[in-house]
Amino acid sequence: MATTSRRPVPVLFRPLQGGPLVKHVLLIGFGLVMLYPLLWMISSSLKPEELIFREPGLLPSTVTLENYTEGWYALKHPFGYYLWNSAVITALSVVANLVACSLAAYAFARLNFPLKKLWFALMLGTIMLPHHVVLVPQYIMFSELDLINTIWPLVMPKVLATDAFFVFLMVQFIRTLPRELDEAAEIDGAGYWRIYLRVVMPLCLPALATTAIFTFIWTWNDFLSQLLYLNNPDNFTVPVALRTFLDSSSDSSWGPMFAMSILALGPIFGFFLVGQKYLIRGVATTGLK
Amino acid sequence: MADSVAVKPRKAASPPAQGGHRSTQRSRREARAAYLFLAPWFLGLLVITIGPIFASLYLSFTDYSLLQEAKWIGMDNYVRMFTEDPRFIASLKVTTIYVVVSVPLQLAFALALALVLDRGLRGLSFYRSIFYLPSLLGGSVAIAILWRKVFGADGLVNAVLGIFGIEGQGWVGDPDTALGTLILLHVWTFGAPMIIFLAGLRQIPSSYYEAAAVDGAGVLRQFKSITMPLLTPIIFFNLVLEIIKSFQSFTQAFIVSNGKGGPADSTLFYTLYLYLKGFKSYDMGYAAAMAWVLLLIIAALTGVNFLASKYWVFYGDDK
Repeated sequence: MATTSRRPVPVLFRPLQGGPLVKHVLLIGFGLVMLYPLLWMISSSLKPEELIFREPGLLPSTVTLENYTEGWYALKHPFGYYLWNSAVITALSVVANLVACSLAAYAFARLNFPLKKLWFALMLGTIMLPHHVVLVPQYIMFSELDLINTIWPLVMPKVLATDAFFVFLMVQFIRTLPRELDEAAEIDGAGYWRIYLRVVMPLCLPALATTAIFTFIWTWNDFLSQLLYLNNPDNFTVPVALRTFLDSSSDSSWGPMFAMSILALGPIFGFFLVGQKYLIRGVATTGLK
Repeated sequence: MADSVAVKPRKAASPPAQGGHRSTQRSRREARAAYLFLAPWFLGLLVITIGPIFASLYLSFTDYSLLQEAKWIGMDNYVRMFTEDPRFIASLKVTTIYVVVSVPLQLAFALALALVLDRGLRGLSFYRSIFYLPSLLGGSVAIAILWRKVFGADGLVNAVLGIFGIEGQGWVGDPDTALGTLILLHVWTFGAPMIIFLAGLRQIPSSYYEAAAVDGAGVLRQFKSITMPLLTPIIFFNLVLEIIKSFQSFTQAFIVSNGKGGPADSTLFYTLYLYLKGFKSYDMGYAAAMAWVLLLIIAALTGVNFLASKYWVFYGDDK
């Protein structure tokens, strides 16, 4: 890497040439500005209500948990109830996506069958399809089936592998695995199911992890479908509950709302800490968000 | 993307002449297994995707409200949209401004940060994580709530401005600035495209830069003649992806405007208006027509993008 030139150089261009110290200071400064709203929300959730907007600083002069206790009991059910609802739907979605997408991916990556190219192209096409095109008929269908206010409209699409993104991700991954392993297993008398289950899946763990983490985050954050399909407060998930909270609270109860928002973001942050490696690899290879 | 995806030609199943009865039986067994593996996906394709696509096309030519039978009205919904519905036009305008401003800004940030972080900076993974975090959180209701308060009349931004003696205003409550706050929120999530840029930068061999330095090319020249051209496919990929995604933004506008798209329709995103039409006014035929217009817009934008890419995206000499 060129470090020959002594001329002052715009920081943006050849990184190694700007003094590293300057660059670190700038990066940390920029990172702080970016994360400031988040940090402010955390600190505000720990401040007494009346201090939130008087102190833009991060360190609360008085720390209190009353926003959390107040927010927890602010809606029809304690907030834990909504966290549980979200957790159930998210867990089912993750399992469904892992099973259904990996089944399809194995077939696309390893088996030969008539019209394979056509189906594969269709599968890729559905990745780009805006969800809104199918929104209205799906809603009508689920409401005809009397499934509004159940988990089915949210989980069924995952059971049926409609998150084609992940099928694609796993196909790409399986193709990198040596075929000799399949062939060796076949010589040992293993059928396709056994090869899928015992040979391919264990080697696919990184792709499965990426799928699981992204499904988790997307389902946990998903607002539109949960808003559409869950309108009974007994079925509310975290995003819908937060939205109701926002509607019902006056401008003075931001503390409790911040506190519950922190709880809502907590699991995502946790998965971010644990699964960074898979997240970043997933984004870098497929452009997932 | 399509390149890396295309099915590689597989060696054809061994010709019957050689393996005889056995191998046709084998490939039949293989096909049967494949269709079993694909069964859930096929069912999903039919019931969750293709069926509803055609249903929504049909509904778009009808007057339908879930309560009574769909009534065929031909092109009426489409005509009404463009001639008699100022809110539809407003939503198109708002969404277009949002996409046109926020996507290039977001990608510019992503690229700039990726360039700074590229090549052996200490603490790279730490910075990368910090900048990526907002991308994960940005789509959530919780962050939209935060945004509403950060840019509210008595919010964080105004508190900070107050320190400098500047009197702020209610940014989300003012039709002139409300959309701007949503654009900022989108720019805030530049981390994901940044990671894609970083992956792209890493694939540029450092020998290119060394050779250029030997030839006396300065930093700017290297950027212009090596980094940029080799990065254009990645820029293109990010551009297509972000345009498609941001055209469908919903949650942020819904939360910031209390589900109404206000003030004065200044945050009435296309999909928000679609939702209001279909699921608040139960004008489902109209909503379906809007969804098809959205599909056509996105398809057209993607098509134009691909056509234009011939003139600025560099795919190397061999392709």
